Amino acid sequence: MATDIIIHDEKDNVGVVVIEKITPKQDCSCWVMENDKTVSIQSADEIPLGHKIAMTDLNEGDTIIKYGHDIGKVVKSIKKGEHVHVHNVKTKKW
Amino acid sequence: MEIPKSFLGYKRENGRAGTRNHVIILPVDDISNACAEAVANNIKGTIALPHSYGRLQFGADLELHFRTMIGTAKNPNVAAAIIIGIEPKWTKRIVDEVAKTGKPVEGFSIEGAGDIETIMKASKKAQEFSMWASEKQREECPISDLWISVKCGESDTTSGLASNPTVGNLMDKLEPLGVHLCFGETSELTGAETVCEKRGKTSEAQEKFKKTWNEYNDFILKEATDDLSESQPTAGNIAGGLTTIEEKAFGNFQKIGSRQFVDVLTPAEEPQKGPGLYFMDTSSAAAECVTLQAAGGFNIHLFPTGQGNIIGNPIEPVVKLTANPLTAVKMSEHIDCDVSKILSREMNLDQAGDELIKATIRAANGRLTCAEALGHREFVMTKLYRSA
Repeated sequence: MATDIIIHDEKDNVGVVVIEKITPKQDCSCWVMENDKTVSIQSADEIPLGHKIAMTDLNEGDTIIKYGHDIGKVVKSIKKGEHVHVHNVKTKKW
Repeated sequence: MEIPKSFLGYKRENGRAGTRNHVIILPVDDISNACAEAVANNIKGTIALPHSYGRLQFGADLELHFRTMIGTAKNPNVAAAIIIGIEPKWTKRIVDEVAKTGKPVEGFSIEGAGDIETIMKASKKAQEFSMWASEKQREECPISDLWISVKCGESDTTSGLASNPTVGNLMDKLEPLGVHLCFGETSELTGAETVCEKRGKTSEAQEKFKKTWNEYNDFILKEATDDLSESQPTAGNIAGGLTTIEEKAFGNFQKIGSRQFVDVLTPAEEPQKGPGLYFMDTSSAAAECVTLQAAGGFNIHLFPTGQGNIIGNPIEPVVKLTANPLTAVKMSEHIDCDVSKILSREMNLDQAGDELIKATIRAANGRLTCAEALGHREFVMTKLYRSA
């Protein structure tokens, strides 16, 4: 069963691209590792291997959850299906 | 899969079991390397462990040096040990501690005798030890005799996604069977330190972790010219898709599965609180970390890698796994366990964990690891500060 995106934890609001890249408006199959379920999402951006996609709409100040944990804050609002990276997410540490 | 209840190991005098049967020639200090290497060259079935330090160290740094030396020779993967130092006093200190395990150990000091006479005397003893050790047979040992250490390196997004969680899956399956486990890498937990602290089984363990991490962080803030925000995650990490230091840390943290740690160990410290998971305060540099864990008594190591780290250790076999399909092909001679099928969902974590358990038991039973076959014997002292 091929998968385009892996989501670690049920609680995560981002998934990770595991194919070379996904292109805009691509219907992607996502594997939720924790419970072995499948969900789907349509991408809004081109996103390369290893990078993250938003599984839900996110507003400025929201927390990004990956591995079931807080990995940083949204600094620019993100729509479902968009690329999540250093341009819209920052660490809460510094 | 039914988890094997035993493996074939070497039973030692102190009740521990080894996955290897090494006779080591251990120099106490840098200037005794030549002697140790000459002895290992003379006598087949022995291995020299040259390193760069051991002179004019003092305080906590010297204590760590002794702990590493003594722990390495005490490790159950070592059948017998020859200790060679320039001076008799420090040599004897190591010999006396190692002798408490009941294994054959003998010390030689070079001062007043010279290299050649020392090499002759030590070689005679080494031959005796090597031939004695060669008669040792592997016997069935309970799986709880495995002491497994873990550390990841050359990590990329596939590490946090798949190979680190595979190690976590193995921990979740083996810890209930009474195995000792150890993770380290104090620096790489930065960003996940408060969550990691809560994984302490007791408030004492939690406090110890907090203190250890804070001391590390204070050191970084004192020595660093900036706050690491430019170097963690690295440019390469970011290009690979990692966004924040927290994300990197939680990827690393997947290695311990859902386990709690029973205690926090100083570098090279032997666990004293029975089976379970331990955190050891270590550098995140691969060879330094594994050397410290081996000195803590761990007898087999699991090393997930993304881009392809190649590390080995002279006494503790290092089993490497990767989930990166390119690394698994391009660097196949370094990979003992390929779990890259996780990314294509042809393998789930449960299956990957089982594959890793199989690879671990095979290595414990005596199958050479890739690093052993390739001759990787990285033995690297951790230095806390400069020598006097």
